[in-house]
Amino acid sequence: MESDTSAASTAPFRIDRSTWDVLVERARSDFPYEVCGLLGTHGDGTIEHFPIDNVERSMTYYVMDGKQLLRAMRTIEDAGAELAIYHSHTHTQAYPSATDISLAAYPEATYLIVTLQDRDAPDIRAFRILEGVVTERPVHLLDTKVA
Amino acid sequence: MPTVRIPTVLRKHTAGEAKVAAPGSTVREVFDALIATHPGLGEDLLEDDGAVRGFINVYVDDEDIRYVSGIDTPVEDDGEIAIMPAVAGGAG
Repeated sequence: MESDTSAASTAPFRIDRSTWDVLVERARSDFPYEVCGLLGTHGDGTIEHFPIDNVERSMTYYVMDGKQLLRAMRTIEDAGAELAIYHSHTHTQAYPSATDISLAAYPEATYLIVTLQDRDAPDIRAFRILEGVVTERPVHLLDTKVA
Repeated sequence: MPTVRIPTVLRKHTAGEAKVAAPGSTVREVFDALIATHPGLGEDLLEDDGAVRGFINVYVDDEDIRYVSGIDTPVEDDGEIAIMPAVAGGAG
């Protein structure tokens, strides 16, 4: 499956409650350092999470571990899943920084930012970044039914 | 001959192909052959001095060539070279 890269999709990004909670918990787990990883959304809507080490272990910068990135990207691509790339901002809003925009090299991806700026009210926002142009996708949080 | 995995952002140079075969026994030779047939790749992949651009990761059979022999890393005839832009950013 090839994602549409000709125009930024503003369709909602759907995320289930348990994935949301995992991302927020992960962002908190290494506070104040930034965390990062990939998500693959399958055709049936289920989301697969690939946590990836931030080799910079920095409060303001992240670089995904190259080998973990290769494995996760290949798995997502071979499964035909939709790619999302996430990282946390521990002290700033959930909006792509100048660094995020200039280094965005995956036009097919949705970029998610988890913010802990308000630690009592963490938030996740979703964006497409195409050739320096940022377009927000609304995030639709789906509540997971408890079995 | 080795195959090269092309990331989405560079497929505009390969007519949309995700995998391209090119001859050579090192990354440099394969890239030279690849760029000869897909000239647009050269500028996006390599610095003026021929080194791989800093934010591009290149792997031979899953090993990052930075930790092998760089652009002179050998490639088997049935090997795979993966080109993958680094994923980086941050609030900073």
